Amino acid sequence: MSEPSASSEIDLHAQQVGRFRFQDKLFHYITQLFAMVVLVVLLGILVSLTIDAWPSIKEFGPSFLWTNIWRVPDDQFGALAAIYGTVVTSVLALLIGVPISFGIALFLTETCPLWLRRPLGTAIELLAGIPSIVFGIWGLFVFAPFFGEHIQPPMQSLLGNLPIIGGWFSGPPIGIGIFTASMVLSLMIIPFIASVMRDVFDTVPHVLKESAYGVGCTTWEVVRNIVLPYTRVGVIGGIMLGLGRALGETMAVTFVIGNANRINPSLFSPGTSIASTLANEFGEAEPGLHIASLFALGLVLFMITFIVLGVSRWLISRSMGSEGL
Amino acid sequence: MSAQATTSSQDPALLVRNLSFYYGDFKGLSNINMEVARNKVTAFIGPSGCGKSTLLRTFNRMYDLYPGQRAEGDIMFNGKNLLDKKQDVNLVRAKIGMVFQKPTPFPMTIYENIAFGVRLYERLSKSAMDDRVEWALKKAALWGEVKDKLQQNGLSLSGGQQQRLCIARAVAVKPDIVLLDEPTSALDPISTAKIEELIYELKVDYTIAIVTHNMQQAARISDYTAFMYLGELIEMDETDQLFLKPRVKQTEDYITGRFG
Amino acid sequence: MMNLYTRRIWINRIGITLSMVAMSLGLIGLMWILWTLFSRGFAALSIDMFTQDTPAPGSEGGGLRNAIVGSGLILLFSMLISTPIGILAGIYLAEYGRISKFASFTRFMTDIMLSAPSIVIGLFVYAIFVVKTGGFSGWAGSLALALIAIPVVVRTTENMLKLVPTSLREAAFAVGAPRWQVSLKVTLRAVKSGVVTGVLLAMARITGETAPLLFTALNNQFFSAQMSEPMANLPVVIFQFALSPYDNWINLAWGGALLIALLVLAVNIGVRVAFRQKIKR
Repeated sequence: MSEPSASSEIDLHAQQVGRFRFQDKLFHYITQLFAMVVLVVLLGILVSLTIDAWPSIKEFGPSFLWTNIWRVPDDQFGALAAIYGTVVTSVLALLIGVPISFGIALFLTETCPLWLRRPLGTAIELLAGIPSIVFGIWGLFVFAPFFGEHIQPPMQSLLGNLPIIGGWFSGPPIGIGIFTASMVLSLMIIPFIASVMRDVFDTVPHVLKESAYGVGCTTWEVVRNIVLPYTRVGVIGGIMLGLGRALGETMAVTFVIGNANRINPSLFSPGTSIASTLANEFGEAEPGLHIASLFALGLVLFMITFIVLGVSRWLISRSMGSEGL
Repeated sequence: MSAQATTSSQDPALLVRNLSFYYGDFKGLSNINMEVARNKVTAFIGPSGCGKSTLLRTFNRMYDLYPGQRAEGDIMFNGKNLLDKKQDVNLVRAKIGMVFQKPTPFPMTIYENIAFGVRLYERLSKSAMDDRVEWALKKAALWGEVKDKLQQNGLSLSGGQQQRLCIARAVAVKPDIVLLDEPTSALDPISTAKIEELIYELKVDYTIAIVTHNMQQAARISDYTAFMYLGELIEMDETDQLFLKPRVKQTEDYITGRFG
Repeated sequence: MMNLYTRRIWINRIGITLSMVAMSLGLIGLMWILWTLFSRGFAALSIDMFTQDTPAPGSEGGGLRNAIVGSGLILLFSMLISTPIGILAGIYLAEYGRISKFASFTRFMTDIMLSAPSIVIGLFVYAIFVVKTGGFSGWAGSLALALIAIPVVVRTTENMLKLVPTSLREAAFAVGAPRWQVSLKVTLRAVKSGVVTGVLLAMARITGETAPLLFTALNNQFFSAQMSEPMANLPVVIFQFALSPYDNWINLAWGGALLIALLVLAVNIGVRVAFRQKIKR
């Protein structure tokens, strides 16, 4: 076989060069166009929710945010009760969930025997994938009755008579309410926060930990003085990510929060959150101020979670990025 | 400091003039002047980080892929400056092939691995393409081993075979120059010997530039050797000259193993 | 000296013990959920669940056939929408992410959309699609779920593409290939299985999403394969049935929840097993 000839090669090359330039440009623009879909959706959410919420925004103004009223027949709407329920359940869920997640992450990275590390870590990741509606119906059928019967009465007799905080635990022990919603919510976000915490704990260089152990530190001291300071930013980011999830969660909350659109000082009494108000009322809402106010609630929720998630992503990328170098 | 390195060749394949290279603010190469002789093997040696790979990657403008990396000066190839902004990089790379440290078969069949590059710039009939694939694999001394499994995935070959496949792939587009960036450092001694033999045969048709950290390898296969240190070209000469009678102290120290 | 040392040991013990207790509480809670789901879900499983449609209020028996088929159709179309968009967008971020500010900005926003409240996505699709097309429909449900799946596909595709060794990319450029061919014919092909993984994980993610379907696909008591009509689907059926006063409905809710959870777990586990073997090789 002879070496293939190379005539007229130059012409073809010149043609191809132009063609490739054009195709690459096209490729750039097409992929960019698809990448912009996400941005367009984000912007679209803000714009379309604002448009549909406009009657409510015009009617109530900013006081919508701090008015504690939700009377459908009178067309009187204020978001305070829903915002209160959303924030309180999420914060309580974090108060319960963060120490537990920390314990899990600590166990997985420091004290867990090697053979158990991977299966347990995988199990936690798998639990993060369980749909929230499962948490919701478990809360409704199993946890709420159990909580109302076995946990609430002793908690009330123990804490109910204390000054100031006693009021948080008053009311009939019916199982459902803000506190139950927080508990279910905390179980839902634990796998998320624990996975993120484990990942950032793993970024601590081994030499750093070993040198601390080398000067005689206990595990606890290594975690407190080396691991936590080193991963502070990432840990906070992970917690904020969990907060973002909790704020926008619908199903795990709607089943057990009791759906009463009012603010009650007792954590044991029913309340509502933005997401559960939407889930309950949107389907039957009449056009007009009611539906506009529901859109306004959605807008408020989107903006709150946007800020929380934005901060958390920023923190996580900062902590992961600096370790990557 | 940097030596004016010339070879006896009248018509060099590459002519490098005042070449400097920057990674952001860091100067990776300073003021390189040299020639790569046509149809010869030119080896680049020097300690890690001396800039030998960086220099090789300016020859096909591979650095273009990364923002912040830039080259200044001239690299004349067929009468044109490779570093010219108007010069199309795809075309440069089609004419100046490259083989990497680790074998990099594309995730496709052995046949397609070779046809992929050919198809970019040539319209060949099915039988012409078959011929070309066979020709390239024979050039890379791989035909005998793979002729019955051309439709298997390139990743199914052994490391040494994969590397020869990559050489065949580079040769198949019929470049003028083949750049080899430490092509045997990930291979076992037997595969290494085969590749070295192959390089020796390929220089009949191609100009070859090879980066190696193995001085014996440079001595065995190259006609010219360039010694680089800290981003500068310290000395370049015929390989025998450079290894037997280095003119610069640093070169002597390096080849006698006193540093690096 | 001895005192300080003992104190430190005790603090260590207390700290470790407390974190162990916290961990156990969390794991017990999570195991409790799984146990309930499996025991009540399996008790509710029957052939009827797959052969009969959702029962009318007050009637006996019934199944989830219409909801299973509806969920399948809605999922299928949402993945058909989100997969190409997500993969191309992921390619954009991987190819141009390092060199363009716009791409970094897009990546950041995509990360936020990854955990944006899904009920708001439902509101959005209601506002721009349900209202404009004149009613709830399977299409609206698919669109809402697709919007949730897209960021997942984008980010996994990008992460997978980043795993491709630079030398392979450079080798493709080294034969003179234009960027689009390097990207589609070499790097994307090299991580094909990883990208499929991403698509499957995105599907698992949206399988149990309930909130966005409430205002889009709604529900349908009867069997329907019409994407332009309101469509039965497992999550909304579970939501409505669980809150109903009928025992057979509540049973079906548990059965449906188990089906969804099993599907999600199967995809997650399957993907992990397949991917681990791939990496070992």
